[in-house]
Amino acid sequence: MVNKMVKNVFARREATLMILLAILLVPITMRSPQFLSPRNISTILNDMAILAIVAIGEFFVILSNGIDLSVGSIIAFSGMACGMINEAHPVVGAIPLLFIGMSIGLVMGLFNGVLVAYGKIPPIITTLGTVNIYRGLTFLLSGNQWVTAHELAPSYIAFPRSTFLGISYLLWIAFIVIAIFYYFSRFTRTGREVYAIGGNPTAAKFVGVNESKIRLVVFAISGLLCGLAGALWTARYASAVNEMATGFEMQAVAACVLGGVNFAGGAGAVTGVVLGTLFLGVVTNALPVIYLSVFWQTFVQGLIILIALTLNTLSDRRKHTKLLAQRRAE
Amino acid sequence: MSDRRELVAKSRLIEEGALKDRLINFFTMWEVLLSIIFVVMVIFFSTQTRYFLDWFNLMNATFQFSEKAIMALPMIFIIMCGDIDISIASIIALCAYAVGSAASAGASIPALIVISILVGTAAGFFNGFMVTFLEMPAIAVTLATQSIFRGISIGLLGDQARTRFPKNFGLFGQEFIKGTTIPLEFVLYLILMLIFAFVLHKTTYGRRLYAIGNSAEAARFSGINVKQLRVINFTLTGFISGLTAILLASRILSVRSNIATGWDLEIITLVVLGGVSITGGKGSVWGVFLGSLLVGYLKFGMGLMKMSGTLMTIVIGSLLIVAVLLPRLLDLYKANRKLRQQHGQS
Repeated sequence: MVNKMVKNVFARREATLMILLAILLVPITMRSPQFLSPRNISTILNDMAILAIVAIGEFFVILSNGIDLSVGSIIAFSGMACGMINEAHPVVGAIPLLFIGMSIGLVMGLFNGVLVAYGKIPPIITTLGTVNIYRGLTFLLSGNQWVTAHELAPSYIAFPRSTFLGISYLLWIAFIVIAIFYYFSRFTRTGREVYAIGGNPTAAKFVGVNESKIRLVVFAISGLLCGLAGALWTARYASAVNEMATGFEMQAVAACVLGGVNFAGGAGAVTGVVLGTLFLGVVTNALPVIYLSVFWQTFVQGLIILIALTLNTLSDRRKHTKLLAQRRAE
Repeated sequence: MSDRRELVAKSRLIEEGALKDRLINFFTMWEVLLSIIFVVMVIFFSTQTRYFLDWFNLMNATFQFSEKAIMALPMIFIIMCGDIDISIASIIALCAYAVGSAASAGASIPALIVISILVGTAAGFFNGFMVTFLEMPAIAVTLATQSIFRGISIGLLGDQARTRFPKNFGLFGQEFIKGTTIPLEFVLYLILMLIFAFVLHKTTYGRRLYAIGNSAEAARFSGINVKQLRVINFTLTGFISGLTAILLASRILSVRSNIATGWDLEIITLVVLGGVSITGGKGSVWGVFLGSLLVGYLKFGMGLMKMSGTLMTIVIGSLLIVAVLLPRLLDLYKANRKLRQQHGQS
C-alpha cells in the first residue's frame, strides 16, 4: 500500500515533467521547426550529458539533506589537471585521463565528506569554503595559464565526439552513469540508506544506519562524478580555463529541484533528475529561439528553480494534509 | 589548630581550581581567542613590513572591508535564527544597477539613496516571504533568488556599465571625516555596529532572536511570532544591502552586472568567524566586529606582502572551515573537562 503510494507520487512527478516538456516544445517548434531536428536534439543531449552526470552526484548529496556547492570548482580542478597532463604527456589517452579525473574528484569529494561527516561542519559551510579553496588551487595548479585546443592531443579532444552505434561516447558515458546510479539508489543497501538518512536521520540511526559513513559516501559520489565531468569538459570544449564551470552548482541544483528532489532530503529519484536536466537543456536551448538574449539565462534559471521549488513545496503540503485527513478518518 | 590549617589549605586548593577554571573559560571564549589571534597577526605583519603599522594605511585599509563588515551585521540576525541568505551579493548588484540607471537618467543623490534602499528592502522582503510563509528552506530560496536578482541586472545591463553619477556622489564611499584621516564609511560602520549590538544584546527583540535560534518551536510556544521576526530579518538585510550598494557605487563610481560577485561567502565567513553558530542561537556582535577586522587586516597584510588574490581566496575559504571546526573542538574539550570533574567529585 505504502509502496504503491510512493510509486504513484514518483510516477506523477515524472509524468508532470514529461507533459510540461511537451507543452513547452509545441510553441518552440512552431516558432522554429528545426528545433526538433535530429541534429538539434543531439546537440541538446550532448550539451546536457555533463550536467546530467554532475546533477546525479548533487542529487545524492541533496537526498541526504545536504548540498554541494563545490561541484563547479572540482570540475575546474580535475579538468585543468587532465588538460595539463594531456599537454605534458600526449601519450596518456582519454580513458586513463577519465580515471585520473575521477580519482582527483574522489579525493576532493572525500575531503568535503570528512569535514561534514566527522568534523560535523554543516554541508553548506563546508562546500562554501571548499568552492573557493578548490578554485584557488586550480589557479595555483595552472599558474594562471590556460590549456588551449592546440596544446591538447587530438585523440583526447575527439573522444567525446566519437560515436558508437550513432551515439557519442559522451552520451554513452552519461547513460552508463545514469544506469549505475539508478541501480545504486533503488536496489543497493547503501543507496536506500541515503534515503533513510535524508528522510529521518534519528530513525535511521536507531535502525543501525551509519550516518557518518553515508554522509561521506554521498560527497565521495559527488566528487567522483565531478572529476569525471571535468575530464570530459576539457575534451568537449577543447580547452581548460581556470574559470571553467563557475556557477555550475546552480544548474546541478536546478536540475535536481526540477526533478522533484526534496530539499529537506529523503525524497527524489534519479529518473526525475535526468528529466529535470533535459527540461533545463530544452529551456536554455530555446532562449535564442524565442529571441531572448543570452544575458537573461541566469534570470530564467533562477526563476525556474524558484517556481519548481514552490510547486514542490505546495504539492508536498497538499499530500501532507491529505494524509492527515486520512488518518483522522481512520 | 590542625583542622583550621587543613581548611585553609582546602579552600586555597578550591580557589586555585576555580581560578584555573576561570582562566580556561576566559581563554577559550571565542572573542578572547579572536583578540589574541588579531594581536598575533598585527605583530607578525609589523615585523614583516614597515608599512603595516601606519595610522594612515590602517585607516585607508578600512575602505576595502567596511562594506562587507556592514553587510555582516544583519547577517548575524539571519544566521542567529538558523537561516541563511546567499543572495545578498546579488541584491547589492540589483540595487547598484538601479542606482546606476537612475543616476544616468539624472536622479538626485537623495533620490538615489531612496531608490537603492527601496529595491533592496523589496528584494529582502521577497526572500523572507518565500522562506517563512511558503516554508521553504532558506538556502534553496536564496540560491534561486541569487540567480534571479543577479540575472535581472545581467539581463538589463548586459556587458554595459553605468558610470555617470551626480557630482558629489563620491562623498559616501571615498571621503574622510573633515580634518582627519578616518573614512566616512568606517565611521558609518561603527555607528551601525553599535546600533546592531544594542538591538541584539540589550533589547527584547535581540533576546527573542537567541530564543528562536536555540529552539524555534519553544520560542513559538512562548508567544514569540517567529515568522514575523524572520521576515523582518530578511527585510532588514535587504535594507542594509541597499545602503551598502550606495556606498559601493559611490566608492567605485561604476556599476557592472558582476559587481560584488563572491561577497556572499566572505560575509558569511565574517559572521561565522565572529563566533555566530551556523545552527543559530549563539554569538555576539562584538565577535563579528573582531572577525571583520581580523579578515580585513589579514587581507591588507597579505596584500602588502604581495600575495596573490588566489592565495587570499584559499586562506578565506580555509578560515571559514577552521572557524566552524575550532569552536566545536573547544566545546568538546570543555564538555570533557566538565565530565572529568564530575567524576572526580563523585
